[in-house]
Amino acid sequence: MRLEYFQLIDRVVGLDLKGGKIQVEATVPTTSTIFEGHFPGHPLMPGVLLMEAMAQTSGWLIIGITQFTRMPFLAAFKEAKLRTFVTPGQTLALAAEMVHEGSGYAMTKAEIRVEGNLVCNSEITFKVVPFPSPEFRASMEKVAAAIDFPMKTLANG
Amino acid sequence: MSSTFDTVVNIIAETCDIPRETIKPESHAINDLGIDSLDFLDVAFAIDKTFGIKMPIEQWTQEVNEGRATTEQYFVLENLCARIDELVAAKKA
Repeated sequence: MRLEYFQLIDRVVGLDLKGGKIQVEATVPTTSTIFEGHFPGHPLMPGVLLMEAMAQTSGWLIIGITQFTRMPFLAAFKEAKLRTFVTPGQTLALAAEMVHEGSGYAMTKAEIRVEGNLVCNSEITFKVVPFPSPEFRASMEKVAAAIDFPMKTLANG
Repeated sequence: MSSTFDTVVNIIAETCDIPRETIKPESHAINDLGIDSLDFLDVAFAIDKTFGIKMPIEQWTQEVNEGRATTEQYFVLENLCARIDELVAAKKA
């Protein structure tokens, strides 16, 4: 994770396009300027960043299902629950599944676990649109390579 | 009115917190009922799930943006219900 750059996913560890499921991993950094303010002497991973991490996990699932032709943009969280604290150095197991792939939108369910224990979960709504520009798509392809997104899976369906 | 209309009224009323009595067949979902794009996603989700269809919202939006259709054709409720019935029939065919 590079919190300051909103890079909240380290690697994709599982992608099932037919089943509409994805698993990713991420480790909370031990140091970050964010922890200087959140909170002084008591560093905690901000809940909003946990929610963003769930959105990014879902987003990669949607990008996979749409064969890298569309970009999901976060629209809504429903029933988001932050169940316990997440601290620097902890490794997160994130998972998302497609609830409904609509026309121009998608709904997912996502969760984060630490050592098997559920720490947060939510239903998430996205607007799903064509990539705004070839450059935007190219930048996402770079991120995909950096997080081991299995591009070969797209060709295999 | 048709059962499709009654179902859509229930969905809109519950999803958007709009009184049922204000929702008429001639109501425009956006202009008259004030349903914004985010709330409409919830309405679309509920309609898709309830009727087992996938409303082609992207196609409709494109047609409107290109001037090949009006918003009334898709977002006045009696017309929306007709589109839903067509999609349901096409799925069964």
